[in-house]
Amino acid sequence: MNKTITMQHGSGGSATAELIHEVFESAFSNEILSQMEDAAAVDGAAKIAMTTDSFVVTPLFFPNGDIGRLSICGTVNDLLSRGAYPKYITCGFIVEEGASVDDLKKIARSMSETAAEAGVQIVAGDTKVIEGSGGVYINTTGVGFLTDDRDISAANARPGDAIIVTGNLGDHHAALLSCRMEVENDIQSDNAPLNDIVDHIRKFNIHTLRDVTRGGLATVLKELAEASRQKFIIEDALLPVDSGVRDFCGIMGLDPLYMGNEGKMAVILPEAEAKEALKSIKESRYGENAAIIGRVESPGSVEEEGGLYSRTNIGGLRSLSVLMGEGLPRIC
Amino acid sequence: MITLEEIKNFLKEYDGPDINIMEVCGSHTDAISKNGIPSMLSERIHLLSGPGCPVCVTPSSYIDRLIALSMEEGMVIATFGDLIRVPGSSMSLSDAKGQGAKVVMVYSPMDILDMAKKDPDKTYVFAAVGFETTTPVYACLMDEIIKQDIKNIRLLTALKTMPRVIDHLMEEGAPIDGFLAPGHVSVVTGYGVFEPIAEKYKIPFGVSGFSGQELLVALYGIVKNAGCGVVKNYYPSVVTKEGNTKAKSLTDTYFEVSDASWRGMGMVGGSGMELKEEYKKYDMGSKGLYEDHKKNKACRCDQVLMGKIKPNDCPLFGKTCMPENPQGACMVSTEGSCFSYFANGRTM
Repeated sequence: MNKTITMQHGSGGSATAELIHEVFESAFSNEILSQMEDAAAVDGAAKIAMTTDSFVVTPLFFPNGDIGRLSICGTVNDLLSRGAYPKYITCGFIVEEGASVDDLKKIARSMSETAAEAGVQIVAGDTKVIEGSGGVYINTTGVGFLTDDRDISAANARPGDAIIVTGNLGDHHAALLSCRMEVENDIQSDNAPLNDIVDHIRKFNIHTLRDVTRGGLATVLKELAEASRQKFIIEDALLPVDSGVRDFCGIMGLDPLYMGNEGKMAVILPEAEAKEALKSIKESRYGENAAIIGRVESPGSVEEEGGLYSRTNIGGLRSLSVLMGEGLPRIC
Repeated sequence: MITLEEIKNFLKEYDGPDINIMEVCGSHTDAISKNGIPSMLSERIHLLSGPGCPVCVTPSSYIDRLIALSMEEGMVIATFGDLIRVPGSSMSLSDAKGQGAKVVMVYSPMDILDMAKKDPDKTYVFAAVGFETTTPVYACLMDEIIKQDIKNIRLLTALKTMPRVIDHLMEEGAPIDGFLAPGHVSVVTGYGVFEPIAEKYKIPFGVSGFSGQELLVALYGIVKNAGCGVVKNYYPSVVTKEGNTKAKSLTDTYFEVSDASWRGMGMVGGSGMELKEEYKKYDMGSKGLYEDHKKNKACRCDQVLMGKIKPNDCPLFGKTCMPENPQGACMVSTEGSCFSYFANGRTM
């Protein structure tokens, strides 16, 4: 077939069939998808978790990842955040004319490998071609099974809980920015499915789990503090940040607390279980740099309800908000 | 030798006369907030944010001119990210982009060289704002433009210099007892430039770095020297009395001192820089962009920039004026004082 996508590939005719066959079917093939029905019929559970996410990242390929891997990780991690077992994924591609067929093949292969790693089946898909200049956008919808009545929720953090983050902050964001700015460094994206971490800590009494993505840890924790109506305190000295990312942030005037990740969770559970849980996370795949970074306290005043504070390295107290603005690099 | 713990205790327990210390560098404002320093000071030590964030002090007529250029056929505006959202008299570059303006965000002025070479039919205009720290980079850009004989790059300048505006603040009676002198600017200018002002007004200057420890040490030094016309260098690892002579000489090759208009503060004689006469052909009409109209009449950025009020004393702060919809320039950049107060929940 052609080396680049043209409007013909979106016609629904033979060129579309060729695209699906050569790019997607060969990468995703499984017994459900291969039936080529209008809808996938799959086994279910009494209670399921469902989520959807769209991926529009540029560049399509970045250090240690690509839009395909990202599109699986993002949705799988959202399911895991509710304590679900991720099972099925659907994917919708919107491809601009001019996109490279080889790139699409690479993206599809990466999705297939990541889905296998995350233990999810790609059971349905769709492709549309639009006018443009070679962009690729992916939407994935995921279904996970909920096997017990545990309620893991943003609103469940309680005074006396510990706050754990499962690894270094800001890796994905710093890797992407470095790419876009053509800065050469060793920073790698952390995009990864976090099944192993979550499976290792299911035995603990987890109150809250949250995927740390856009807006970074501070934004996520502020939202959790507000949803739980508690006061969160974190210690700057305990935050895990790779030295390369820290230096990059320093030069760019960015704050690792507001830098996005694609392979990290915030875990909130009773302090008494925190050390054991941390040990389990550290033994999991992608959890080696996990750390206990703070605690949940009872708010002492109305102002403190939903507040997120950090104890700074020199002993000051800083009040943190959600990410404001676009996190642009400073100019001087 | 005093320890950091003793410095912290001193700053927390200080019970002498009230002292107002102004930081005149946006990066200091940001670092003070991020280190939680206000929570570590006695109630008698007051921190004020000065006119040290370059996008905060750029007048509306400059933004309006950029917007007008960006709408012209064959014209592309290149700018740093912060400037895109600064309101002009009616809209920002970001608003204009939504209406078809051609604006590209760059991380270094040098990025524009390749863009212009690949696209010779368009004129690329760099929005050259900044202080003494950034001007040498524009001088490097000029060097390359001339060396490579690139015909389609122009500068629209709104360049400012620090010592003169500090002098102006004191002339205007700003209630300041000491200055946390800008670290980055001092690397280029040298700390010697602040000595005449320190002596003139009998106030201490402390040149500081950007870590929490460095800021605490400098604040301690300023409080201890209250009433003395001295400049102390607490950032000796990179700051000298003479500064970076190479950068200064490169700047002087292309730019000369001019008057400048500061947002909310008006004209300050000799507080700016512009391209020299022989390089004016690279200028896109920077002269005369002095007018300054507020987008919102109630905005009090001017008084914030002069240390007369705290950001949270402005009636718009955190209400109609927020980072998502800034009414004044100080709420735009992470280094703007209003943004820094708002994002970090500062009240002091």
